[in-house]
Amino acid sequence: MNAPLRRVAISVLVLFTLLIVNVNYIQVVRSDELRRDQGNTRVLAEEYNRERGSIIVDGTEVALSVPTDGRLTYLRQYPQGPEYAAVTGYYSLVYGNALTEYAANDVLSGNDPRLTLRRLSDLFTGRDPAGGDVLLTLDAAVQEAAMTALGDRTGAIVALDPRTGAVLGQASTPTYDPNQLSSHEPDAIRAYWDQLQAADPEPLFNRAISGSFSPGSVFKVVVSAAALADGYEPDTAVPAPDVYELPGSSATLENFDGSSCNGGADQPLIEALTISCNTAFAELGVALGEERLRETAEAFGIDGEGFEMPLQVEASTLGEIEGDAQLAVSSIGQQDVQLTPMQAAMVAAAIANGGVLMSPYLVEQVRAPDLSVIDQTDPEERQRAVSAEVAEQLTEMMRSVVDNGTGRAARLPGIQVAGKTGTAQVAEGVPDHNWFIGFAPADDPQIAVAVFVANGGGTGGGVAAPMGRDVMAALLAGQGG
Amino acid sequence: MTGPSTDPRAPAAGTAPPKRRGTELALLGFAVLITVVAQCVVDLTVTGSLSPELATFSTWIAALWVVAHLVVRRFAPYADPLLLPTVALLVGLGLAVIHRLDLAATQVDSPVTREDAPVQLLWATIGVALFVAVLVVVRDHRSLSRFAYTLALVGLVLLAVPALLPASISEVNGAKIWIRVAGFSIQPGEFAKICLIVFFAAYLVDKREVLALASRRVIGIELPRGRDLGPVLLAWVISILVLVFERDLGSSLLLFGIFVVMLYVATERSSWLLIGLGLFAGGALVAYQIFGHVQARVDTWLDPFAYRDGAGYQLVQSLFGLGTGGLFGAGLGGGRPDQVPVAKSDFIAAAIGEELGLFGLVAVIIVYLVLVERGLRTSLIVRDSFGKLLAAGLAFSLAWQTFVVLGGVTGLLPLTGLTTPFLAYGGSSLVANFGLVALLVRISDAARRPATPAAAPLPKLGDAPTEVVRP
Repeated sequence: MNAPLRRVAISVLVLFTLLIVNVNYIQVVRSDELRRDQGNTRVLAEEYNRERGSIIVDGTEVALSVPTDGRLTYLRQYPQGPEYAAVTGYYSLVYGNALTEYAANDVLSGNDPRLTLRRLSDLFTGRDPAGGDVLLTLDAAVQEAAMTALGDRTGAIVALDPRTGAVLGQASTPTYDPNQLSSHEPDAIRAYWDQLQAADPEPLFNRAISGSFSPGSVFKVVVSAAALADGYEPDTAVPAPDVYELPGSSATLENFDGSSCNGGADQPLIEALTISCNTAFAELGVALGEERLRETAEAFGIDGEGFEMPLQVEASTLGEIEGDAQLAVSSIGQQDVQLTPMQAAMVAAAIANGGVLMSPYLVEQVRAPDLSVIDQTDPEERQRAVSAEVAEQLTEMMRSVVDNGTGRAARLPGIQVAGKTGTAQVAEGVPDHNWFIGFAPADDPQIAVAVFVANGGGTGGGVAAPMGRDVMAALLAGQGG
Repeated sequence: MTGPSTDPRAPAAGTAPPKRRGTELALLGFAVLITVVAQCVVDLTVTGSLSPELATFSTWIAALWVVAHLVVRRFAPYADPLLLPTVALLVGLGLAVIHRLDLAATQVDSPVTREDAPVQLLWATIGVALFVAVLVVVRDHRSLSRFAYTLALVGLVLLAVPALLPASISEVNGAKIWIRVAGFSIQPGEFAKICLIVFFAAYLVDKREVLALASRRVIGIELPRGRDLGPVLLAWVISILVLVFERDLGSSLLLFGIFVVMLYVATERSSWLLIGLGLFAGGALVAYQIFGHVQARVDTWLDPFAYRDGAGYQLVQSLFGLGTGGLFGAGLGGGRPDQVPVAKSDFIAAAIGEELGLFGLVAVIIVYLVLVERGLRTSLIVRDSFGKLLAAGLAFSLAWQTFVVLGGVTGLLPLTGLTTPFLAYGGSSLVANFGLVALLVRISDAARRPATPAAAPLPKLGDAPTEVVRP
């Protein structure tokens, strides 16, 4: 009986080897796949059992993790809720993370390599590992003013520090309550999510950075820049007919409400911008040609490519321009020209900063749980948009807009403001978009702003310019300026 | 049959082989150390402080093994020194993991609610009592063959009882394999298994020459005579009955597998393996076609993730646990093994894989392998045919059960609902397996005992062939 016994012994060895091979396959080869599976709550539980870092604005936590008695130890809270939703995003069991919670997740969760060494030491000191804090560039007063200014309207406001590119405010309305997406109750989260998805206009659509819209007349600033760079002066007379016949087409283009710019006569460029003369800029755009226009637009960052700051910003573009007729319409910010409010603010900021476009950034500093600084963002020059001289001329022209033109509603007592309004036609029977871009003080710019009101129904000067004024005032008042 | 005279391990007359009881004691000490350290790690990781019962627990568990060791020393001095320590290690580790899952109840939302570790310790104590009783009462394993038919009857009755009882008493989670009386749940099948192995051994020793007779050769394989197919068919029918009336895929597979392998060892005819395999395949195919629960098990096994929220939930959770554990595991108390339903019993291996990692789980598999191979080694060197077959049957049953259970938990095989020997929570399984190991210890003592012990009385019921060739 010993021969079969030996064979049985060997068979048992083979069976157990099979077990071991299979266990190796599961625990080594398939480990990552199983660990990351949606249905595996272990990793999630581990993440929720670690104190996630805070998102901080001006020393106040706008997102923080608080301990609970539940199975998931930490609950994500947003004390200001909807006010910062367009910046913080949410941290959801069901729908993942969004915006800063997504873009800065490695730091916040403590998985960033710069935090890992500290976490190893946590192991030895017995402390619970915690995530790092993210300090934002936002200015609380600016953010509050932006949200208040937008109120019940649908739109977005972006404010930048033109000298650095730091994002001072980023608002999008309608907003939502990130607390309700970040709770520990999947059913409640799903219900709220469905409600947000069903709402019109959609609260989860970030109009500040994820949406691009027809800029209307604010784009005339870019056309002006192209002209000035091409040798025009602010007082160079340009044709400003009452009716402009689109080249190669029987269609005509008129001014806002069919009004006349200068009785049909030529007018200085600065005048044309001040009153936002459509026919003058349409003809000017055609005179300059697509190439110059596109070149200047790209120099301002309107290059058809998105970027990260670290939030993902949608691309802004001139679109395809098929001929002079389209070029004429594009030159007044219609046709296929699409700007994000962030990009519109960058145009204002570049002019304010002597022609140099700074890269926008939202994260000022990253701190380890022990408050030591592990990363500090240094302002970075993205590119020169226009020469210093052109920037100065544009500033002069935009001051004229606010002082004497369509942007008068943006005037601030005792402070020089530069700006440009825009009223973009969307479609027949649909209210126009209203825009304002500007910066202040014009001689020492500290804030550049872009206001976008979707289907505001009024004019840029009437609806958007006062909002821009309030946002700029919020910063300047805070600085005693 | 290979006679004892060819046994290479037969010692020269007059020189007693080393008893190795000291080795056993040292290894038991090691097992106790691992048990206690594991308990401490669990306490410190989960609650942050040692539980007040730790001292009592440690003393208790140490006392258990000391008693078992002393009884072996007194009543089976030549026993294999590895059998008891491997069991001690598995039981100790099982207790630590069950304790760890008890503590998971303190984590809110956890499905685990009862404290099972103290109960399991009690069962281990009863198990050691049975171990001691078997060693004291059964002085010579050959005496068991006298009760072969009685044991067969007892085994069949134990096997059949749950099927005959009303479902309210015998059914848990779909399997009718329990007797639940006054808060106690007993799985009589665990004891039936041992009774039937003893019977198989005695019966096959009796009939093996007949069963080894060949009738004709087909493609190089000598087939047995048709009329000798009776026993294997009977075993097959009983297995099918277990499957049908108790819906217990595991026991069915276990019993039939053990019988076929013992038949093969007894007759040295591989044709029996093929016939067994054929019968199994036929039975499996028919069972798959007819029984919904078998079909569901197989479908779930083939693609557990397709049924992740239903029938596959348990297996998928188990795989998540194993995958998350990775190489080194989350550490005892560091994972979420309580996420797997019935982690304490059927899926305790998943808990070990999650918290002790690949290394821990493979170590446990190797401990089982050591236990089984020591059992098979006992079978190899024991001199009498009955002892040989009995040891082979017992050792193989452990191997087969471990393979089927661990294979199920890791998705290698369909889930069967067998328990993980010694490790898993469950009184019947633990106590019965202590009895099983006691028999192995008894046989290994006989195997390693010097061939002609001066003082040992000759057994009254020696089987004739052994007596004839004894030097």
